[in-house]
Amino acid sequence: MSEPLIRHYGPRAYADHPPFSYPDYRSTVKRSPTHDLIEIVQTLSETTGPGPAWAEISEEDSDLTTNTGTGNPAIGERIIVTGRVLDENGHALPGTVLEIWQANASGRYAHWRETEFPAPLDPNFVGVGQCLTDAEGGYRFTTIKPGPYPWGNHPNAWRPSHIHFSILGPSLGTRLVTQMYFPGDPLIPLDPIFNSAPPHARDRMIAGYDHTVTEENWALGYRWDIVLRGEQGTPMHGDAD
Amino acid sequence: MKAPLGQTPSQTVGPYFTLRVYREGDEILVPEGFPGGRIVIEGKVLDGERKHIEDALLEIWQANPAGRYRHPDDTRDLALNDGFTGFGRTVSDFETGEYRFVTAKPGRVPDAEGALQAPHISLIVQGRGMLNPVFTRIYFSDEEEANRDDLTLRRVPAHRRDSLIARLVDDQNPKIYRFDVLFQGEDETVFFDF
Ligand SMILES: [Fe+3]
Repeated sequence: MSEPLIRHYGPRAYADHPPFSYPDYRSTVKRSPTHDLIEIVQTLSETTGPGPAWAEISEEDSDLTTNTGTGNPAIGERIIVTGRVLDENGHALPGTVLEIWQANASGRYAHWRETEFPAPLDPNFVGVGQCLTDAEGGYRFTTIKPGPYPWGNHPNAWRPSHIHFSILGPSLGTRLVTQMYFPGDPLIPLDPIFNSAPPHARDRMIAGYDHTVTEENWALGYRWDIVLRGEQGTPMHGDAD
Repeated sequence: MKAPLGQTPSQTVGPYFTLRVYREGDEILVPEGFPGGRIVIEGKVLDGERKHIEDALLEIWQANPAGRYRHPDDTRDLALNDGFTGFGRTVSDFETGEYRFVTAKPGRVPDAEGALQAPHISLIVQGRGMLNPVFTRIYFSDEEEANRDDLTLRRVPAHRRDSLIARLVDDQNPKIYRFDVLFQGEDETVFFDF
């Protein structure tokens, strides 16, 4: 019987992630653990994960401006969002599924939950997409720049424009759901969800405007890399990927 | 050695993740007639006031009945099942907070010392109001002997182990197990760091 490969992943860097309870984001207070996490030894159950099998059955669906299938383009500022998925050692993570969802240009989600925000829906925009990373870990979406939207957290609370990203990655512990923000958005410093991340790590969630990604007469370009947990003790590869 | 790149911070899935990150059927891992039979795992996700969380995302990852993971690192010479990924997703019901998976009981997989772990399913819970995922494991109440020797369970203080054990509530086919996820309080579910 062949031996399984047991990797050893470095720790989830809790110091780079938000705390579980962050009272400025009110709902976290009752939806967070109060006991300490219990540290366990990694086994095959933790070092494997659903990402690779999920990638096998997932298809590219990366143009949100046309993927409603109505034959009409979505309304709003067309943008390209591209970047790479890497582990913290700098290794590219090919064959990784990225699932995204977002509000439309007016700040409305095409979701059944009720909202008191009287912004229009766009029949040609659902705001969901999926992409598989290539051999260099690269991904690329074409979408509409999402609008800001109000939420009930505190008086006059508005979420900055953002795109939700979900990534499983190669192991159970690489699971990441995060949000990508846009550079220069004046709502960013006012947003408790953005601010829940520790100050030194916050900018990792803001995409860069990249004029080389921008396509003439078509769409503005943004670049954003995503970094997942990696194996511990892997030497830094300046040139390996 | 410190890793050269910083991890991208986690953020909440918010209330709208069902637009993409859950599609009907994702909670059913095995079809009717699956060799060895099916099991149901159901329960609620409850907050610090024991109110049900109406918009939780639950994801499970498990080995197949032979104890093999469908993953490139699991190269052991054990059978895989056609179509069985070992991955499932569901959401808690908006009105009742109930969630439900239909799957097969996983086999035993090795622990870090070469012995076999008790059958278990890894569970990740996220939701609106949760800035990070929480990781736990679902064990089974009808595996008492295996549970007693399980290295992971043994790291958990004895009085908290019950929070990790799904209770067999219906011994018919499919067997039904209850597993609630509780935040805060004496009986908080054990969450792991690894
Ligand atoms: Fe959002």
